[in-house]
Amino acid sequence: MPFALSVHGLTKKFGNFTAVENISFDVEDGKFFSILGPSGCGKTTLLRMIAGFYRQDGGTILFNGEDMSSVPPNRRPVNLVFQNLALFPMMNVFENVAFGLRRRGEKGSGVARKVNDMLERVGLPDSGEKQISQLSGGQKQRIAIARCLVLDPAVLLLDEPLGALDAKLREHMKVELKTLQANVGTTFVYITHDQSEAMVMSDTVAVMNKGTFEQTGSPQELYHRPRSSFVAQFVGNNNRFLIVPSRDDGGAPAGLYAGRFSFILDDACRSLQDGIPCEMFVRPEAMVIEPGSDTPGFNRMPVQVRAVLFDGGNSRLLVIPEGTEDEIVVMLPQTGLYDHIRAGDRIMVGWDPGISLCFAGNGGKPYDER
Amino acid sequence: MIRSLPSSRRYRWSFNLFIGAYFVLLFAPLVVTMILAFNDSMYPSLPWEGFTLDWFFGSGPEKFGIFNDQANLRSLAFSFRVALTVACLSTILGTCAAFLFEQENFRFKGALYFLMIAPLVIPGVILGISILMFANTVGIFIEDLTGVYVKSLVPGFWLVVLGQSSFISTIVALVVSARLKKFDRSLEEAAYNLGANRAEVLRYVTLPYLRPSILGGAAVAFLMSFENFNTTIFTVGSQATLPINMYMQVRDGSTPVINAISFLLITGTSIFAVANLYLGKKKED
Amino acid sequence: MSGRIRLNWGFLFFFLPVALWLLLLIVLPHAELLRLSFTSSRPGGFTLQNYMAFFSEPIYWLTFVRTAFYSVIVTFLVMVIALPVAFYITKVARVRAGGFLMVLILVPFWVSELIRVYGWIILLRESGVINRLFTSIGLFSQPIEMLYNDVTMIMGLVYTSMLFMVVPIVGVMDALDDSLIEAAYDLGASKTAIWRTIIIPHCMPGMVSGGIIVFMLVLGSYLTPNLMGGKNSLWFTEQIYNQIILYFNWNQGAAFGFLLLLLSSLIIWIALKVTGQNLGEVVK
Repeated sequence: MPFALSVHGLTKKFGNFTAVENISFDVEDGKFFSILGPSGCGKTTLLRMIAGFYRQDGGTILFNGEDMSSVPPNRRPVNLVFQNLALFPMMNVFENVAFGLRRRGEKGSGVARKVNDMLERVGLPDSGEKQISQLSGGQKQRIAIARCLVLDPAVLLLDEPLGALDAKLREHMKVELKTLQANVGTTFVYITHDQSEAMVMSDTVAVMNKGTFEQTGSPQELYHRPRSSFVAQFVGNNNRFLIVPSRDDGGAPAGLYAGRFSFILDDACRSLQDGIPCEMFVRPEAMVIEPGSDTPGFNRMPVQVRAVLFDGGNSRLLVIPEGTEDEIVVMLPQTGLYDHIRAGDRIMVGWDPGISLCFAGNGGKPYDER
Repeated sequence: MIRSLPSSRRYRWSFNLFIGAYFVLLFAPLVVTMILAFNDSMYPSLPWEGFTLDWFFGSGPEKFGIFNDQANLRSLAFSFRVALTVACLSTILGTCAAFLFEQENFRFKGALYFLMIAPLVIPGVILGISILMFANTVGIFIEDLTGVYVKSLVPGFWLVVLGQSSFISTIVALVVSARLKKFDRSLEEAAYNLGANRAEVLRYVTLPYLRPSILGGAAVAFLMSFENFNTTIFTVGSQATLPINMYMQVRDGSTPVINAISFLLITGTSIFAVANLYLGKKKED
Repeated sequence: MSGRIRLNWGFLFFFLPVALWLLLLIVLPHAELLRLSFTSSRPGGFTLQNYMAFFSEPIYWLTFVRTAFYSVIVTFLVMVIALPVAFYITKVARVRAGGFLMVLILVPFWVSELIRVYGWIILLRESGVINRLFTSIGLFSQPIEMLYNDVTMIMGLVYTSMLFMVVPIVGVMDALDDSLIEAAYDLGASKTAIWRTIIIPHCMPGMVSGGIIVFMLVLGSYLTPNLMGGKNSLWFTEQIYNQIILYFNWNQGAAFGFLLLLLSSLIIWIALKVTGQNLGEVVK
């Protein structure tokens, strides 16, 4: 069984700028595959090459094992849900969904049956006579997907289709898209800059940066075992410490932070070269406030609370390690235990070294979401 | 000042007076012209001699109404034919130009665009004489070369049509471009993506989107052609268009039959223009 | 979008008609106009005679200068009148009334220039409506000829070209956010200061495009000066008409035409340079 979509060595240049550089990946039939990356990373360019709107400068694109690298967009077995949906305002819902069928030369009752079936599947039966302007944001979404699925494509591409929705509806649509994909069984390739969308819906996520894939894997793998500093920062929230590795008396890896705190490092950090600065990451939820002294092997650090960021179940503390300018975020569980903490307090935070991650090099600038 | 800001009584009054005077002067000549079409007099002037429809339907011996005035009716029919032809030709040319300049990229695009909008700032008289002279030269050249006398190159129907289309096409192009600019290109891409070819994309997506502006452009073209004088005066042959025929009557003194024609044209174009405006607005929504 | 897949016949489909139109109806005719203006009418060789005649005969160049001068005056008058009218429509009148007034302004625009001029003639001439009315109520002791002088002609030109100024200015003024005027008022600006610092600068693009169109229309106008102006208020387009239609001296007419084209291009170019606009933006 060949892959629904196989991409080999795909490259695209705009003048001197390489937007997509030598990307290869395979998507198994029926899977939900996401490409996650910040804006400007080349993900839209990659998508447009797969759809056929850009001609690649190198590499091949195969659908179900068939090379379609030079086939024009209107003859590829792939359909695209546009960022702005691109529903035809001059046609009603039925004609929008029937558009692709009619272009294939299908006529009469067959078209009506398929369109109505599809409208039913996306939960909008009897809306065929409606005008596009009469639909709500979520309904437009579903019609845009129905319009593609009715053609039974080998792959459905989705270009940040949830971007235009408000936050609440977006949460709802994530779940809906996931169940829809599971029901129809069509292969989805989903482009987004929102890591939460990618994590919730996907079987596999590829993290893209500067025209290349940094890491491909399941959402859990990306979160727990990022293979690069970029992935560690982009997927989920993370605290970043610049440390200088060394060895402790027993030869185990250790790190000196800000010239004053010595941390125990995870065993996996053994390969780091002593004396060369590197990055260490600890997730906010791995940070413990006021760790009891009965937990041996914990890293501990005195900090000053700069602000209490109350956000219900997602409440955090913004703290400054003493003697530094760095800002560290610590999860603040709403158990009542820490209600006494106020801005300006001095407290201890700690974490299990086994949960921290290290990457060689100081990584230059930290990734900034803005 | 503006709606939301206070202003003195005197300021408001004088401003309203100014606007009132403006609109009175705007419509006075048209209204007077229309009223005098019904005056039972041999001259388009006061005093009021009583109401008559003779300047519309009169059949002589002294009052010939417009519907019995063969010369004016012929020029009216001629103007209609010209305007219809110009509307078709310039809508095609203008729409092609809108697509060319909005959707295609090519070398010398800027220079060609400049050339396309140039007719807007060339006086109509000059468009008329240059096309007259060029057609004449080409006609002589063809006759010398082949001995064939090309009738459509001497002043007459086709020269009038070409002269008017040379600048009316630009106006249609600007009308269509304005809407095409607002067109979301991803609609075309979506249609390709769903399996349509270039012709189908045009037919089912882009042209339906542009239809209000193409129809509006054609209506504008028709009206502009119908009332054109400056370009037409040099390209017209033995059969005059209506404005030129009327010009000669106004210049040499005339009966209120001119008022009757004006009455019909003013009401006709007003209904046409208001309907066009209303429909255009409705389609935009 | 260099990477877009291009279908070339589509390009030709649009390009060929446009290229033919611009070549056959614009470029070549004007080239022919230029050629004829340098050709002598009798033997047919190259000559500067047609241009020499323009400068040596005062009636020609005086008409030329007069036409240019009056066109500038008319354009200025039209602008001065159109600004408050546009302001009233967009900012003073209630929103729905403004829309209705706009339709009222547009309707006479669609009526042929000839009919509009004819309306003024029957109003103003010696035996016209105004004279009859005013003598009958005793305001005038005897009819006065109000037609056939420069003032009436200028009024007629202002009237026929007014709409081409109002429409673009209404367009830009509509886009002026009321809150800018409110803010200026709130900060203590007087009416004149608001006009000078907020409204006029904002409306400049519309004023320039309206000004160019009006100037061009007035300069190339034939009907209004011919029918409303006197025997002494000759317009340059009438000189062109006389040369071509009456004297059948096409070469002289071509030279005059080319001079008029040069003049209009020159003044439009100066206007664009002074106001820092460009033609492509202005015609939109």
